[in-house]
Amino acid sequence: MAQPQKPQRRREPEIPVAPVALDKKGDALLALLPEVFEAFDVEFGAAVDEVVVTAKPQDVPAICRLAKEDPRLDLTYLRCLSVVDYEERLEVSYHLFSLDKRHKMVLKASVPPDEPFVPSIVSIWRGADWFEREGHDLFGVVFQGHPNLAPLLLYEGFEGFPGRRSFPFHEYNEY
Amino acid sequence: MQVQRQPTQQADTIDLMVNMGPQHPSTHGVFRVVLWIDGERIVRAEPHIGYLHRGSEKLCEGELYSQVITLFDRLDYVSNLNCELAFCLAVEKLMALEIPDRASYIRVILCELNRIASHMLFYGVYGLDTGAMTPILYGFRERERIQALFETVTGARMMHNYIRVGGLRHDLPEDFVPKMAELMDHLKRGVEECDDLLSNNEMFIARTKGIGPISGEDAIEFGVTGPALRAAGVLEDVRISEPYSIYDRFEFGIPVGTYGDCWDRYYVRIEEMRQSMSIIEQAMEQMEPGPTVSALRRITRPPKGETYMRTESPRGDFGVFLVSDGSDKPYRVKVRAPSFANLQALQHLFRNAYVADAVVILGSIDIILGEVDR
Amino acid sequence: MSFEQGVYYALGAVGLFVFLSVMVLALTWIERKGLARIQMRMGPMRVGFHGTLQPIADAMKLVVKEDILPSWADRRIYWLAPLAVFIPALMLWATIPLARDAVLANLELGLFYIVAFSVLSVMGLVMAGWGSANKYAILGGLRAAGQLVSYEIPFIMALLGVAMLVQSLNLIEIVDHQARWAHILIQPLGLFIFLTAGLAELGRTPFDIHHAESEVVGGPFVEYSGAHWAVFFLAEYINTFTIAALTVLLFLGGWQWPGMPFDGFLNSALSVVWFLVKIYVVIALIIWIRGTYPRLRIDQLMAFGWKLLVPLSFVNIVITGVVLFYGWPLWTLTLMSLILLAGTFYLIATYRGTAMERMTVSVHPARIARPEPAVALQQEAGTSTDG
Repeated sequence: MAQPQKPQRRREPEIPVAPVALDKKGDALLALLPEVFEAFDVEFGAAVDEVVVTAKPQDVPAICRLAKEDPRLDLTYLRCLSVVDYEERLEVSYHLFSLDKRHKMVLKASVPPDEPFVPSIVSIWRGADWFEREGHDLFGVVFQGHPNLAPLLLYEGFEGFPGRRSFPFHEYNEY
Repeated sequence: MQVQRQPTQQADTIDLMVNMGPQHPSTHGVFRVVLWIDGERIVRAEPHIGYLHRGSEKLCEGELYSQVITLFDRLDYVSNLNCELAFCLAVEKLMALEIPDRASYIRVILCELNRIASHMLFYGVYGLDTGAMTPILYGFRERERIQALFETVTGARMMHNYIRVGGLRHDLPEDFVPKMAELMDHLKRGVEECDDLLSNNEMFIARTKGIGPISGEDAIEFGVTGPALRAAGVLEDVRISEPYSIYDRFEFGIPVGTYGDCWDRYYVRIEEMRQSMSIIEQAMEQMEPGPTVSALRRITRPPKGETYMRTESPRGDFGVFLVSDGSDKPYRVKVRAPSFANLQALQHLFRNAYVADAVVILGSIDIILGEVDR
Repeated sequence: MSFEQGVYYALGAVGLFVFLSVMVLALTWIERKGLARIQMRMGPMRVGFHGTLQPIADAMKLVVKEDILPSWADRRIYWLAPLAVFIPALMLWATIPLARDAVLANLELGLFYIVAFSVLSVMGLVMAGWGSANKYAILGGLRAAGQLVSYEIPFIMALLGVAMLVQSLNLIEIVDHQARWAHILIQPLGLFIFLTAGLAELGRTPFDIHHAESEVVGGPFVEYSGAHWAVFFLAEYINTFTIAALTVLLFLGGWQWPGMPFDGFLNSALSVVWFLVKIYVVIALIIWIRGTYPRLRIDQLMAFGWKLLVPLSFVNIVITGVVLFYGWPLWTLTLMSLILLAGTFYLIATYRGTAMERMTVSVHPARIARPEPAVALQQEAGTSTDG
């Protein structure tokens, strides 16, 4: 149940950041990616044990298709498609994995919350269908080109986007 | 029902819309599938979910990390320990925490027992779906034995709240080893009996062989994982492709099917039960006394960052995407539920099926609505 | 009809009705206990000693329950359907003998009468399906119609095989013919066909798809509750009892008890008891089948009926005819029957759709990819979590 917010005790003024710990495969992939994605305007990084590629929303389908079809990457499996609300932007993460090569990558794209348009990747992975519907339902991200962006989890006529941090979830009363 | 007064040559046939509504004995939870049928064949299937949506992911943002574990219990409410394990491993990965060996062994033993219990539930309910009314009682007898053991260890039959960040809640009880030996004895005989009863029965084979097949490539594209993917012929198990916890210390087999039809999906789970028993035996031999929890602060405060943790739950690839902002509550928890992804392939699986096959195919995917809807 | 005959028939009908009611109550108890024991449970235990009063409690509950009529249902058809199923079930018993002199009306055309009346209940099921105004009910009703009509043919052909052997349709003569050798020893194939077609006629597992709970949630009976459902229920159990009784009469020797020392009334009474014992053995078999097997899908059921049972029943008649025409000794019929029966089981076991041709699931030893030790990159490489 929701806890009332307690004031933080001032023990350490600085919040520690999780150290990056890429394994050999992650290193190899990080070295390979700039070459594969040189046609796109992307940034490369790492988060704990994942290689992170940050791209522009319009480039996402092309990058995904390249990741899936390029034989060096062979990222055929979409692990997860999630949306995170960082107040001033919504970040869509595409977690990819290669079943044969067993390396993984995260593709991220950020959109402003008032114009959250991202091209859909349903044509590349049919399994992105419901993940995108859920992202639209709970966060309001509009996946352009998705065949059916109807509400998935929420009931018809629900107003608002409960996934966003701004939604008054813990104070929300239905009656 | 109106009778259309039209000459027969111009008669328009419409597909009958049948609602396998939220209240139905065979939809494995509150789940609705709208079927358009032409005679006995299914033309289109539209699943509607969300009847069990409780906002678990959002609830996690307002709870301490140790409280979030109770929420994860209730996601896949049949294999609770596997969900708890996924979350705890995600937090531990973020904190780069070393777990004492004994804790890991106990975690593996309990999670594999939970896998057997979950597959026993699948077995029983699947027999009921095909019309045999006895397997469910045989399956539940084995499940009851496992749950009785869980009760002595964790205190609860189902919602255990036992696996914690940094290890476990408490150590095993004194009489665990002899009880476990006895349980293994019973389970071995139980699994063989269950296999005997249903697997080679001509009518069961007629109901499940060749029904709802899916190819390996289609399965990967849909994001289908777990026994359904392995039945389609793809040798993929999270425990071997991204080993977590201490699964790399065990020798076990991965059952793989050929056609990806209902019988293959069923039998892969029966084989997995046997493999789980083998893992448990190895773990019991290798386990040594020691501490069960690493030294931790009372309130878990992981560093700022994000991880994605994949584990192999009985239903498939259970993933947890954890974003932490350094405070004592998670910033964002996204649960990648295997049943959610497996259910997307429903329309594809129903493509040449009869209405009577709908129930059999749905049962073979083995969905749990708790994790589909969260 | 004279006054005594009228009284005789009236009393006989009432007595038959009472007897059938008691038998059905006992049958429900036996079924629940039998299924429970197969499933490692106890069954009813509380109401009466080991649940023996359970059927009475069930009957009282069903009668007191509220009768719900769906608003779109066609009233007359909805109310008439249970009767259309129940009355033929009862009418059959007018000519089924319990002992040589315990029969209401021993008709010369006994078997013909039975066959004619047993077909009438199909109409009742379709009426139930239609009158309920529920898509599941209609689906179930039509499935039931298809199934029941299809399996009438092997049912009738198996009966015909026995009638040819006995050269009569009179049930008492059929039983008398089995004084030395029960027909199961002469026509085992006929028994198999009759029992299978009988199970399909009853709508029992493995042929109960039309009212399968897990699929059409009760089929044509889904909208019935209370006393009306009780009538359907009653009709189904009376039919079960009838099929078992017919099996015993036609194939297992009826009430024949070779070497019974008694005569007169004691003879009749013990014959009835022996007959009932045999009937309950057959019913135990039916319950055992119900507790063990899954059910067949409707198209598989129809395929099984038309492609296997119908030709088999015709072959049964042909071999019976050949043996009778050429005057061969009856053991030749037994031999041919057994060979055909073995052939049938072999076909079922090796047919592509029901056979385990090869094991399609194989176990591969896990190829473990040992995780590399984690190497921490320098912090300058940067984390892109802040975007």
